[in-house]
Amino acid sequence: MINKTIAELSKELHAKKISSVELTQQFLDRIKKLDKNLNSFITLTEDHALADAKKADAQIAKGATTPLTGIPFAHKDIFCTQGIKTSCGSKMLDPYISPYDATVVTRLKDAGTVLLGKTNMDEFAMGSSNENSFYGPVKNPWDLERVPGGSSGGSAAAVAARLTPGATGTDTGGSIRQPAALCGVSGLKPTYGRVSRYGMIAFASSLDQGGPLAKSAEDLAILLNAMAGHDERDSTSVDMAVPDFTATLNDSIRGLRIGLPKEYFDEGLDKNVAIAIQNAIKEYEKLGATIHDIHLPSSALSIPAYYVLAPAECSSNLARFDGVRYGHRCKDPKDLEDLYKRSRSEGFGSEVTRRIMIGTYALSAGYYDAYYLKAQKIRGLIREDFINAFKKVDVIMGPTSPTPAFKLGEKVSDPISMYLSDIYTIAVNLAGLPGMSIPAGFANDLPVGLHLVGNFFEEVRLLNVAHHYQKVTDWHTRSPKGF
Amino acid sequence: MSLTAADVKKIAHLARLNMSDTDVEVYSKQLSSILEFVEQMNKADTTGIEPLAHSIEIAAPMRDDQVSETNQRAAFQAIAPQVEAGLYLVPKVIEGE
Repeated sequence: MINKTIAELSKELHAKKISSVELTQQFLDRIKKLDKNLNSFITLTEDHALADAKKADAQIAKGATTPLTGIPFAHKDIFCTQGIKTSCGSKMLDPYISPYDATVVTRLKDAGTVLLGKTNMDEFAMGSSNENSFYGPVKNPWDLERVPGGSSGGSAAAVAARLTPGATGTDTGGSIRQPAALCGVSGLKPTYGRVSRYGMIAFASSLDQGGPLAKSAEDLAILLNAMAGHDERDSTSVDMAVPDFTATLNDSIRGLRIGLPKEYFDEGLDKNVAIAIQNAIKEYEKLGATIHDIHLPSSALSIPAYYVLAPAECSSNLARFDGVRYGHRCKDPKDLEDLYKRSRSEGFGSEVTRRIMIGTYALSAGYYDAYYLKAQKIRGLIREDFINAFKKVDVIMGPTSPTPAFKLGEKVSDPISMYLSDIYTIAVNLAGLPGMSIPAGFANDLPVGLHLVGNFFEEVRLLNVAHHYQKVTDWHTRSPKGF
Repeated sequence: MSLTAADVKKIAHLARLNMSDTDVEVYSKQLSSILEFVEQMNKADTTGIEPLAHSIEIAAPMRDDQVSETNQRAAFQAIAPQVEAGLYLVPKVIEGE
């Protein structure tokens, strides 16, 4: 059962071959037994899960269901869940029990999912290795000495280890796609504005976007159907019709124009990752796609621009943590300034502190034009590159990450080398486009992710293109030994 | 751009963060190297380019000025570190007798 996709489990549940309570119990038992080695969950919500599962079984008996009724599921601990600890991977929010549900949580609950728990993550979603969590790093199930990627590392590791059939993630610079690639699962970052950010703890508001992680593109389509859509509580959520993402999965991709950016196959790309990606492209040619060289000349500047814009937005968003209304408060503050300063310094870890400092500096008097404004102009150039590329091609492909999973501790002392692991994903966030990562083989026995980027609001096409690959390959069905 | 210890202390104060002298030393090195890295941006000619704040054109949504939320003060204050009589407590701000 544990290796089945959400689509398959839904059939089993609807055919009453297994009850949601039985299925949920299986996953809970696995988490309790196996997560000691992985640390992919921060909070296990066993009571909620069994109550949700009972409710789902009653719905199935009545015949009032959705494809997600009774499916066990996990939320990244960045999504507010009413009455359940929502830590965002930080000591700052360790005491925080959310008084409300995020819109994504409400929608997936309404669709009948069963909440197994909340997954581990880099603190405030800042990181690419999950080593910045207050709750300790997550291990990669393919090699316990390696990182799962980040920041949605707990969600990716849990799906890969078959501890949950699916999970939510968020992606500000690659935080769904990079861990999906490093853990060998499928992950989708929708177009900015497609999924509500209400109740999703803010890091960089103009870049953050929630999305699903699961075993297959088909599962992502099922999940996105429940998650997507306008929300009047998020002024940046786009008010446009949401298609049925599952309806077009099997449409022909003959004649599909795939663009390969020269810049994504340059130095810095691991040789074996490059081979896996080239093989995936060949597979697409067999499926009737044509390959076109394209240029994204400004993409080289995406990381520098991002490390101005994201910290600037973060320094402003994280100003709300003041030790007054919720979250960590220092002991015996002697005055208001002491209360702010000690609560914040005790509550935030080092990467969060670094980014708040960079952002504060970039926005401070005298430096705004040189950093923030310059970065926004580069952001304009990057988006322009993509707009021009999509005049010639339908999807852009390349590697999700330049290397497979790296060793725990390998990059912690060098922030910039860590930042570079998102070199292929960050430009997509700056432009606001939808992106995906799907399993495309192995390099040195570690999973490799194929990165697919689509035009604005073309998640339908990405899912369709990914689904065809998964019909002719079995990389997405592989699971790590010992899990 | 190289940050001095004084710069780092000033930024930390603006961000309301405490910083020990050891921290100041570590952060001035790390932040300087990050700033040096982001200065690659200067390679790009951005003359005449409009700064892009948001990838998608979004107009401010309007709604009728009607009460749409219920009062949840008790729920919100239940998770506050220190409250009394429905008020959030902070150390004394105004000096005097």
